[in-house]
Amino acid sequence: MTSGTAIEFREVWKAFHHHTDRLLLRSHLRNLVSAGDAREPFYALKKVSFRMERGESLAVVGANGAGKSTLLSLVAGLVPPDRGAVNVNGRVAALFELGSGFHPDLTGAENVRLNAALLGMDRKRLNAVFAEIVEFAELADFMAEPLRTYSSGMAMRLAFSVAVNVDPDVLLIDEVLAVGDHAFQAKCFEKILDFRRQGKTILCVSHATGMVQRLCSRAIWLDHGDVMLDGATSEVIDAYEGRLRSNTGS
Amino acid sequence: MSGGASSYTKTMANRRRPWTGDSLFLIHNLILKDIKVRYRNMSLGVLWSLLNPLVMMTVLWFVFTKIYPNRIPHFAAFVLCGIVPYNVFTICWLSGTTSIVENAGIVKRVPVDRAIIPLASVLGNCVHMSAQIALLLLLVLATGLGMNRNWVWLIVIWGLAIAFITGLSLLFSAFNVYVRDTRYVVESVNVVLFWLVPIFYPFSIVPSQYHEIYQLNPVAALVLASRNILLEGVAPPASLLIKLALSSILMLFLGLLVFRKLEPRFYNYL
Repeated sequence: MTSGTAIEFREVWKAFHHHTDRLLLRSHLRNLVSAGDAREPFYALKKVSFRMERGESLAVVGANGAGKSTLLSLVAGLVPPDRGAVNVNGRVAALFELGSGFHPDLTGAENVRLNAALLGMDRKRLNAVFAEIVEFAELADFMAEPLRTYSSGMAMRLAFSVAVNVDPDVLLIDEVLAVGDHAFQAKCFEKILDFRRQGKTILCVSHATGMVQRLCSRAIWLDHGDVMLDGATSEVIDAYEGRLRSNTGS
Repeated sequence: MSGGASSYTKTMANRRRPWTGDSLFLIHNLILKDIKVRYRNMSLGVLWSLLNPLVMMTVLWFVFTKIYPNRIPHFAAFVLCGIVPYNVFTICWLSGTTSIVENAGIVKRVPVDRAIIPLASVLGNCVHMSAQIALLLLLVLATGLGMNRNWVWLIVIWGLAIAFITGLSLLFSAFNVYVRDTRYVVESVNVVLFWLVPIFYPFSIVPSQYHEIYQLNPVAALVLASRNILLEGVAPPASLLIKLALSSILMLFLGLLVFRKLEPRFYNYL
């Protein structure tokens, strides 16, 4: 049933080219003369295909450089695929790299408004959920203070509160939620489980942790841009950790 | 479960999904941020942005009435008619050019329509520069030239100028992502413009074979039209208005076209 599809990747390729020294005029000119950069592009994703039903929760596991973050940025719409197609059904909220647009000289309330607008919220929705955002962040007494007076934990709490109030259909989560103290982390996790109970789609990226096993019923193991295994979470994590052990053992 | 087809979004190769957020609300908030951040750390606030044109006007007035005397009436107002459009143009263009690189954090984290960033930068600076425009109008009134109904044309020529600057900023902000030297090119061109725009000399002393080229330069056109309206109390000539309108619309289209072409790879270069 296609109408129930939340996320679909069809033979998606994504490469990154080496161009670290190409940002100055000098290197552009040099490349013109010497017929460009001959280095091979680095493939972060190689012909990746998978499909997620609405309300499903999926974990992507793999080592550093496996392509997990690239996969998330494709779903978030930050980058286009080089080849293939990415379909995403509904509004996406990314619970990673929180707090975009946050400025230390703006007050907490001003930062909430700017950040919410960047996440795609309109004025009506923001006015409706503003009190909720403040309450969830537990920062009611600090909203008129500039952000530079906040601790980093307070700023992250505020950013998380805005992100979860976008009213997403699809929730993207990167790694363990290291937001605030243990009590607040538990509250965040509870909020995410809430989303799951409401039938939202959850895509979670991780090095394989306990949280993933509690949250996701299905997992994909990525290795250097290839899908190694796609199946039940416990099965995939066993296989992935088995590989890790055999690598460190030998 | 069915439905939801309306929100179905697809990303094919080399194209990002269109942004579905509230663009106007975002532009509004970006401009507010620009202004709040700028003035919150200045004890003198708006006075700082008025100091630069006042000092420049005084210096030019001193040089060109005391050292090289000339016969231009109301020379202070005449010079300010040149300085204010020049300031608006150069400041908006430079900050527009650097806007994408300076907001790399936004480009790398949220899928907003990238064109909003240079647009908000230009508009934010226009709000900031409106203090200088107000200063110009006040000086014209203080000189005793008075208001006239041709002031309505100010809205038209400034609107066209802002369209031109927006197009130029879209173009250069995209270049600046790929070649970071772009901003230094803009800075140098701005220095040259100070001499090539009739700021402290009248258009009439420019040899007639250069008149056509001068009028194609939108900053020069803006200065000339401002003088027509504010100092002479007449509407700007139709030929000048047409050239300004054409170059503004062309620049806006060109800027958008190039920006859309280069935008998909911004992420990789930031």
